[in-house]
Amino acid sequence: MSTETSRIRVTDLSGVLRVEFVDKDILDEAAIRQISTELVKRVEAAASPRMLISFRGVEHLSSAALGTLITINSLTKKRGGQLRLSDIKPSIMEVFTITKLNKLFQIFETSQKALEGFGGK
Amino acid sequence: MTSAPQPVAEGSVRLHENNKEIESIQLLIEGSLSQFGYPDAAMFAIRLSLEEAMMNGFRHGNLADPSKFVEVRWRIDSNSANFHVIDEGEGFDPEAVPDPTLDENLEIPSGRGLMLIRAYMSDARYHDPGNHLEMTFRKVAK
Repeated sequence: MSTETSRIRVTDLSGVLRVEFVDKDILDEAAIRQISTELVKRVEAAASPRMLISFRGVEHLSSAALGTLITINSLTKKRGGQLRLSDIKPSIMEVFTITKLNKLFQIFETSQKALEGFGGK
Repeated sequence: MTSAPQPVAEGSVRLHENNKEIESIQLLIEGSLSQFGYPDAAMFAIRLSLEEAMMNGFRHGNLADPSKFVEVRWRIDSNSANFHVIDEGEGFDPEAVPDPTLDENLEIPSGRGLMLIRAYMSDARYHDPGNHLEMTFRKVAK
């Protein structure tokens, strides 16, 4: 099942919610708030949420977007679930490395690798 | 012997928090950077730093007051790109911002804008009273 909202695409892969972004730049604060609201709703709707956020096609990411990822990560953990990130291009990976958030998040090279052992197909 | 003056692109604008205005300035600056031969990595660094600087100005400086503006000034030549981002707030002490990379702060969702600017630009400093950020990207030696 695939659900299209204005900013993200969410696909349920046998219990793992795969999230992809519609926009290549995740900078605009209003858009980030909208993404955050949608993701929080998704995480809160699941008993122990497993979410994979893929950054395929994403070119720019601001610190406000990082803030949303941190919030989602904390919320999934609190609810006994897990958040994984994948498909991060090198320039954006550098943002994670500079902020040392690569230590906080579980980051995989591809969606396929992230889904291994995550209970999804 | 006198040499010909170096070409330069400069400008200034007063912005309200409006995505279209912000995007058009980013595109204008990107166009100038491209004209002066800045590589993709430099354009990424400058775009991110400008975005973070403007957002800090709107959020923390102007406290999201829609009537207030953030002024952006730029001067770009083939060696360096210099920017001033000035908000209408009272300023702040940049040294008082907690280090977001410490283990105990990693899960705090805010406070990373300034550190990204410092990491990506060659030089970034606040002028007193702390509402005026000046940042420079040097093309050759970062």
